[in-house]
Amino acid sequence: MDEKIPILKMGQFLLVTIQVDMHDRLAMTLQDDLTNRISQTNARGVLIDISALDMVDSFIGRILGNIAKMSKILDAETVVVGMQPAVAITLVELGLSLKGIRTALNVEKGMALLRRAIALTPEEMPDDRAEV
Amino acid sequence: MSLNGQSKISEILKKYRSELLAAWVSEQMTASIRKDSLKEIEMREESREFLELLVAALDRGNLTDIQTSEWRPVREMLSSISRDRSHKGFTPTETATFIFSLKQPLFTRLSSELADDSQSLIQEIWSVSTLLDKLGLLTTEIHQKVREEVIFRQQEELMELSTPVVKLWDGILALPIIGTLDSNRTQGVMESLLEKIVETGAEVTIIDITGVPTVDTLTAQHLLKTVTAARLMGADCIISGIRPQIAQTIVYLGVDLADVITKATLADAFALALKRIGASITRNQPRN
Repeated sequence: MDEKIPILKMGQFLLVTIQVDMHDRLAMTLQDDLTNRISQTNARGVLIDISALDMVDSFIGRILGNIAKMSKILDAETVVVGMQPAVAITLVELGLSLKGIRTALNVEKGMALLRRAIALTPEEMPDDRAEV
Repeated sequence: MSLNGQSKISEILKKYRSELLAAWVSEQMTASIRKDSLKEIEMREESREFLELLVAALDRGNLTDIQTSEWRPVREMLSSISRDRSHKGFTPTETATFIFSLKQPLFTRLSSELADDSQSLIQEIWSVSTLLDKLGLLTTEIHQKVREEVIFRQQEELMELSTPVVKLWDGILALPIIGTLDSNRTQGVMESLLEKIVETGAEVTIIDITGVPTVDTLTAQHLLKTVTAARLMGADCIISGIRPQIAQTIVYLGVDLADVITKATLADAFALALKRIGASITRNQPRN
């Protein structure tokens, strides 16, 4: 109950790195926290890094899809980055194509995609290196 | 089949072994079209060995069932001969001729031996004929089995050849698929593509299906799965080289390819991929 997935704020973006095994309650907590943080911080984009995740089930897949939809309603774009091949195959076999979600290979590309998506001019770009 | 008859055959075989062998070999030589690939000495040796084993097996008195243990040496010998001939490219007929050409000399010998007793002659001929037929069929069966092994091995090799993932440009991968896509193969192809995407950090992948002869619902579904999986990992997929017939089939099958970018040729797909990653190729000199 105590464990939480940290949500980092980087300029206009929120960064979530999932480094533990996602179980159902943790996923629900994340969904809660993230939606709250988006409205608190007025974030324009959410980046979820799942490169450390080597197993997903249909529930987690659906939660990821839901988070993307909720963020969209709250005016934030979502990018899921770093999905492992095995995870991608599992999701496809489960019939979850996560249609609403943007995806990218790694955090760097995900950031670039987010910036493009919300059409920031270079001057407005947050200096993410300084914060990391 | 009287017991008496059985002993008669092996008796005749023993008594006239060398004559029978000579007649048999000459019979085989005339029947054989490939005198070049099978030398007479070799054939004589094989035939002699076979006759010996046959006599040994016949001495046990079992003429009806060749699957029993006393026939094992004969079966093993036949299978090695069949295997050998199959590898040399003989047809099943030519392989079975080895056995069937023994009939003529044996029957001639039997009829001269039993000229005065037509009843037992018929019986003898019947039992010998049945036996030789069984042995002949055995050679054909083994011949067939060897061929099947070859086919199976080739299938496996084909599977291993499978599909290479080619890097076309920094950030662009191509997957030229040749041959039919089945579930097994798609799984392997999908895995190697996804691994390669991680490895190279490619943003665009081109799946070229120019070499895919036919598409059915299953194949189309496999393709869609691969595209979706690549997209989940953050790489765009372009399908190229869809032939007119395949386009027709896909529409008639009701497969929805609306979410997938398709291009006519690999070149078109490559041009689009370059645009996607923000690169371009220019001609330095005007074309003549």
